[in-house]
Amino acid sequence: MKAGLILESWPLFAEGVWITVQLTVLALALGLCLAVPVAFVRLRRVRGLSALADGYVALFRGTPLLVQLYMVYFGLSQFEWLRDSWAWALLREAWWCALITFALNSGAYASEILRGALAATPAGELEAARALGLRPRQVDRLVLLPAALRRSLPQLGNEVVFMLHGSAVASVITLQDILGAGRALNARYYLAYEGLLTAAALYMLVTLVVVGVFRALERRYLRHLALAPVRVRSRLPAMR
Amino acid sequence: MNELLPFLPLLLRGAAVTLALALLGLALATALGALGAVGRLSGRRLPAAAVRGYTALVRGVPDLVMVLLVYFGGQRLLNDLGALVGLDRIPLPPFWAGVLSIGFIYGAYLTETFRGAYRALPAGQADAARALGLGRGATLRLVLLPQMLRHALPGYANVWMVLVKSTAVVSVIGLGDLVGVANDVGKSQRAPFLFFGFVLLVYLGITWVSGRLFAAAERRAAR
Amino acid sequence: MLKTTLLSLALVTGLGAQAVAQSLNICVEGAYPPFSFTTESGSVAGFDIDIANALCDQLGYDCTLVKTGWDGIIPALLERKCDAIVASMAITPERKQVVDFSMKYYNTPARFVGREGMTMDDLKDAVVGVQRGTVHHDYMRGEHPRVDIKLYGSQDEAFLDLAAGRIDAVMGESIASATGFLDTDSGEGFAFFGPPISIPKYHGIGAGIAVRQGEEDLRNAFSHAIGELRANGTYQKINQKYFDFDIFGG
Repeated sequence: MKAGLILESWPLFAEGVWITVQLTVLALALGLCLAVPVAFVRLRRVRGLSALADGYVALFRGTPLLVQLYMVYFGLSQFEWLRDSWAWALLREAWWCALITFALNSGAYASEILRGALAATPAGELEAARALGLRPRQVDRLVLLPAALRRSLPQLGNEVVFMLHGSAVASVITLQDILGAGRALNARYYLAYEGLLTAAALYMLVTLVVVGVFRALERRYLRHLALAPVRVRSRLPAMR
Repeated sequence: MNELLPFLPLLLRGAAVTLALALLGLALATALGALGAVGRLSGRRLPAAAVRGYTALVRGVPDLVMVLLVYFGGQRLLNDLGALVGLDRIPLPPFWAGVLSIGFIYGAYLTETFRGAYRALPAGQADAARALGLGRGATLRLVLLPQMLRHALPGYANVWMVLVKSTAVVSVIGLGDLVGVANDVGKSQRAPFLFFGFVLLVYLGITWVSGRLFAAAERRAAR
Repeated sequence: MLKTTLLSLALVTGLGAQAVAQSLNICVEGAYPPFSFTTESGSVAGFDIDIANALCDQLGYDCTLVKTGWDGIIPALLERKCDAIVASMAITPERKQVVDFSMKYYNTPARFVGREGMTMDDLKDAVVGVQRGTVHHDYMRGEHPRVDIKLYGSQDEAFLDLAAGRIDAVMGESIASATGFLDTDSGEGFAFFGPPISIPKYHGIGAGIAVRQGEEDLRNAFSHAIGELRANGTYQKINQKYFDFDIFGG
């Protein structure tokens, strides 16, 4: 074990943690913004849009994140018309390619969670809101969505961990995230696993922080709901 | 399309490698999951703590990092173990490193699935079966397992879906799976869009078919 | 002691080839045309591969080629996933601290590739792609520390991004850059710029075959066999298959 080398390279790893956290947080935020309209469209079966939303969710939930990233980074850059378009300002940067892919991926999963939570909102809550004189849009915005978001907190927390872990594929498109830092250390000193072990430990640490934050959030926002969280199909069972 | 056709046999062979990797990984994960669930439910402190450590480790480390660690670190471990028993070299090719990592990761998730399924059984079922004179083995086989199967199936299906997609990362250690082949050839042919597009379609096909199969299985089990 | 001497003698002379038909795993890369690339049938081919096979024939070894990503190729050797690396690896002082090398089996300079008309003066504002963990990476870090560099897992990826316009230049070995990129369709509009570069501190003294430290016999056997291939014309035959000049270097 070359502990000295690892300690010496701390700026590399600090930078790596920053890039990983940045990508994960932004991707989740953008993903959630995308997930809300998609979930509503799929719930209400808006004509035309529904098929599009279904296709989007099926594509991103049905294929590996790594291949999606390869497609956006290497695949799209193959086309000259795209390289001549305004989109190239973003797509030429590995960082943006990763962020766009991660946001689309996370949006698809989050919309599925949200759709389940929306559908599972008790009819009584909505009737009460209508009885108070709220218009349908207001019911959606003020009652239905906040209630669904609260209910899906545990699953969304799970989703955060998945995005954090999924973001490790960013290292294959030249980004120096946590794993990228570990692999750079390995390549620099021809090590087999020291850099990887350091990366694993850092991912674990960040995961623990995320899980802690979400537990606190759940305690705060689900306290009044003396009910078990809605059973929604999330990616995997939460492990705690 | 012209670029893709000559490579079709190679890509299909890669798809077969992907499927084999996923199925063997699932088999290992199922065994580890069953073992883990028994450990957690045993009520003994040491096995329960060991399983908790196992799931915490898996929950903390990304699949790609795990695959790389098993491939490089695992070889060191095997070398050391081999030296102990006097073997010169136990090779750890990418395929088996992939099966080991995937099995190890999803075994932790299946531990939770199986444990949840056991917990979902109505209390007293086992006692009732015992009271009817069934032995421990017979109780498990005839009464508990069939019911657990029903409860575990949705979670099992979920794990399979995630596991299949996880196989893609094994290409990073040089495995000639579907993604690895498309990556090598797509780049050297300068047609990555076409090759990765093909990969996306194959994965969609796999997840669609397995979604159908599991839905049918759930309907059967719920009858 | 006597045994190892006899063994190495047998290896070096190629006499006891049949008697010691040892099996040997050789790490190759497979993403570095024309030295090493993947064919339609999924096997690896190229100059490195032909050289590896010729050396194995010469030495009477039963060889298996192990395809390994560049990143992990030295660790793979150290962890005994393979016994030798034949992957256009430059013999550098830094690498010599972890592995031993045979004599060189070819030596060619490094060069920058960029849009036609680009000059060394444009370098300071350019983003330059290099393969992670190569001599070119060390050279850029040492000689052009101010220039923005981007690290790639393979040489192919760097050229894909150069063609796409994500980076302005690629620093790499000149022949791989010519045959693997400039001579292909996607290399249109691109050219070498600046002089051929070969600084021993970074670029070493040519590409050699890496073995684990202390494996003197194997190392010597390879060095000797390279000499034999040069002497009996096999090397030239392989050379001609890929290049129209002698890449062995002076």
